Amino acid sequence: MPDSPLLTAASVAVIALAIAAVVAVGLKVLHSFRDLGTDAERATYKTLHAASRAGQYLRTGLNPAGAAKASKQLRSLLGCDALAITDTTGVLAWDGAGEELKPALMGLAAKVLDGGHLAVIPAGELQLLAAGDGGRPLTPEVERAVVIAPIRAGARVVGVVAAFAPAAGAGLVRATGEVADWVATQVELAELDASRTLLMEAEVRALRAQISPHFIYNSLNAIASFINTDPVRARELVVEFADFTRYSFRRHGDFTTLAEELRCIDRYLLLERARFGDRVQVSLRIAPEVLSTVIPFLSLQPLVENAVRHGLEAKEGPGHISITANDSGAFAEVTIEDDGVGMDPEQLRSVLAGHSDGEHVGLRNVDARLRQVYGDDNGLVIETAPGEGTLITMRVPKSQPRHDA
Amino acid sequence: MNPVVGLAAFAAVSLATAVIGFYGLRVSRTTGDFYVASRTVKPWWNASAIGGEYLSAASFLGVAGLILLSGTDALWYPVGYTAGYLMLLLFVAAPLRRSGAYTIPDFTEARLDSRAVRRVTSLVVVLVGWLYIVPQLHGAALAIRITTGLPAWVGPVAVVGVVCITVVVGGMRSITFVQAFQYWLKLTALAVPIVFLLFALGGGESAAAAPAANPTALAPAGPYQIISLLVALLFGTLGLPHVLVRFYTNPDGQSARRTTLIVLGLLSAFYLFPTAYGMLGRMFAPDLAQSGQADALVLLLPGRMIGGMAGDLLTALVVAGAFAAFLSTTSGLVVSLAGVISQDVFGGSVRGFRLAALISAIVPLGIASMTESLALAGSVGLVFAFTASTICPVLLLGIWWRGLTDAGAIAGMATGGVLCGSAMVAGSVLGAAQSPSWLAQPAAWTVPAAFAVTVLVSRATRGRVPRTMTRVMTRLHTPERPLATER
Repeated sequence: MPDSPLLTAASVAVIALAIAAVVAVGLKVLHSFRDLGTDAERATYKTLHAASRAGQYLRTGLNPAGAAKASKQLRSLLGCDALAITDTTGVLAWDGAGEELKPALMGLAAKVLDGGHLAVIPAGELQLLAAGDGGRPLTPEVERAVVIAPIRAGARVVGVVAAFAPAAGAGLVRATGEVADWVATQVELAELDASRTLLMEAEVRALRAQISPHFIYNSLNAIASFINTDPVRARELVVEFADFTRYSFRRHGDFTTLAEELRCIDRYLLLERARFGDRVQVSLRIAPEVLSTVIPFLSLQPLVENAVRHGLEAKEGPGHISITANDSGAFAEVTIEDDGVGMDPEQLRSVLAGHSDGEHVGLRNVDARLRQVYGDDNGLVIETAPGEGTLITMRVPKSQPRHDA
Repeated sequence: MNPVVGLAAFAAVSLATAVIGFYGLRVSRTTGDFYVASRTVKPWWNASAIGGEYLSAASFLGVAGLILLSGTDALWYPVGYTAGYLMLLLFVAAPLRRSGAYTIPDFTEARLDSRAVRRVTSLVVVLVGWLYIVPQLHGAALAIRITTGLPAWVGPVAVVGVVCITVVVGGMRSITFVQAFQYWLKLTALAVPIVFLLFALGGGESAAAAPAANPTALAPAGPYQIISLLVALLFGTLGLPHVLVRFYTNPDGQSARRTTLIVLGLLSAFYLFPTAYGMLGRMFAPDLAQSGQADALVLLLPGRMIGGMAGDLLTALVVAGAFAAFLSTTSGLVVSLAGVISQDVFGGSVRGFRLAALISAIVPLGIASMTESLALAGSVGLVFAFTASTICPVLLLGIWWRGLTDAGAIAGMATGGVLCGSAMVAGSVLGAAQSPSWLAQPAAWTVPAAFAVTVLVSRATRGRVPRTMTRVMTRLHTPERPLATER
């Protein structure tokens, strides 16, 4: 390698030039971006940007974490010294100088919270009010005017926005009022979100399967038929029936484990066999790894009941149901297969979509709950055709740290 | 040696694995009186499965090889591998089982309520898994080369092939039975030959006279090395991705504890045999240490000491056990890794899981084919050191300390990973002979460093303690309802 100082110097110079060129081009590009738009346009952009950022923070409603972040954006929007957001009981966030006024703020805001009208407290009066309210006297340099605007969500006042500035001009008063109204809109949106979540939860709870009245009626009749001929068996069946109902009527928790659900299915099948005798044949193949998987409460039993009632009841001769549960990567896969009369796929599709109330509402119920809880990709997969039996597959993620069985 | 022996043994083990995987579950009961409780896995089975998955190439081949090389110092390896389970039992098993999380990324995400922590943990878990599969494949390469004379790459390719087929086709429907079978196969494969070897030894008086020589001039390990190794093995076991899942097969916490107790017994029993091989090797095959084939000791010793037809059969048994070790650990790891990768990259679909299984098996195959096999037990020890300095602090602090934050967890994992990773790289660049002991056994300083950084950063970012912390901690530490006991 030629090692002359001249060559080294030349290469250093070339590299330096290249760096300079890249920096220059970069600055030029940056500058051209900065040039975009007039002052007014930029001001609009800044305002909208601050508003949308603050909006994100307030999406969860008036809480300390969101309000703290939003108050930063809102203060820059109003250009005031300090900005505070309160709810009806206390100060949620304070951004900017003069935090020693914080204890006095709720006293100042009380009238606004009651009356729902914007209040302006000029610079001189603040000191008197704060002192009169039991707060410490203010030092001259924190003496400020305050504009307190109510946050009205619907008819209620849910909090106030307080802006502190050296003087309360008409501009600040109007702007604070607008900001408070805007915050109110966000709070209403958050309340909407919350009620939507509640609605979804209520829907899931309403969907929580109930044991069918047919089954109770049929089981009791079947048991009654044994009372004279085989009292011991009748007694056992009554006990099984009691256990089954205890499980299905339990009130706590929306989730259970696969093992408990299988035990419930076992009882259910015992009762069905009392009625159908050897016509119902069942085989199980359960991987022990998935027994402790958490699944929605009563999500398998309706599938088995569907297999018995719509698959085998309508058919002549014995019918076979096979239940399997497998470990499949991050999921547990449960299948329920019968060799009964099957269903018309088109009709089934309309039942699952909720368009018609067919015989298979149990399936729709389970499908809807699975989708609610695990997302649309994890609904039931049903393979069927008239006369061909039915295969129902359910996939549930094994890992559900948020759900208690 | 007869090359057919090795191939036949490998084929038999693969076939048995596949058959048990496919048909292990076909014990369906058509009668009415099945009870779920009777179908849960008994602690004995589950303990065997854990043992089967845990005893890797390092245990089967590596421990005996290390004893041949460095004598009693190598006994710390089996001690550490076994005692790691005690740590697991005491600090991690029960809370983790209650958490409802199946993988370590699932756990950290639920505990710290942060997607970023999940991503970092997933990355570390995948890295650990790959690093752990590589020694298994090195072991397979060694076994194929020694026993059949085929080129070394055949071994890893065959192991990866069998694992991919069984996992992708869905052959491992019930991996518990497969792994339990593998444990007993491994135990038999070491125990039966050793009985014959000891008989052979008792027969000839020349043997008894042979002194236990020290075939190498290795200096005995200092206290630093021993402490560092134990830190790595004790804490590293806590974070191994494939060990965790096994505890979910237990119906409740009580049987989980009993399982762990049995595991301790099973592992202790198992490690008697590699130790015996190592001792016999010192007496009768010291030349293997000089020719750098110490890891092949277990495979070669029966043939050398007995010879003939009987020797061939015993060798076949040992080879079968060795492949059981490669297959069981590799498949357990591939399944865990595929779960993590498919969830984080492919959104958890069935196709994604298969693709992820292929990725998680083929990447280590590439690494294994490009690298040279070091001492197997030693390289697995390094993987344990890496796990101990990355996953272990987050796991332990996540379970036992309320103050852990997402920032602290990420900083700790990054620190431990970078420190331990660069020590490993520097150690391998310098070569085993030149590197100082603090580079060869980094755990004694990287693990405390990772813990310290995690704690300090968590204290500094106190405001980031997740709001869900109390709920999650309550769930981790309150006893669960027993499974399906209502009657």
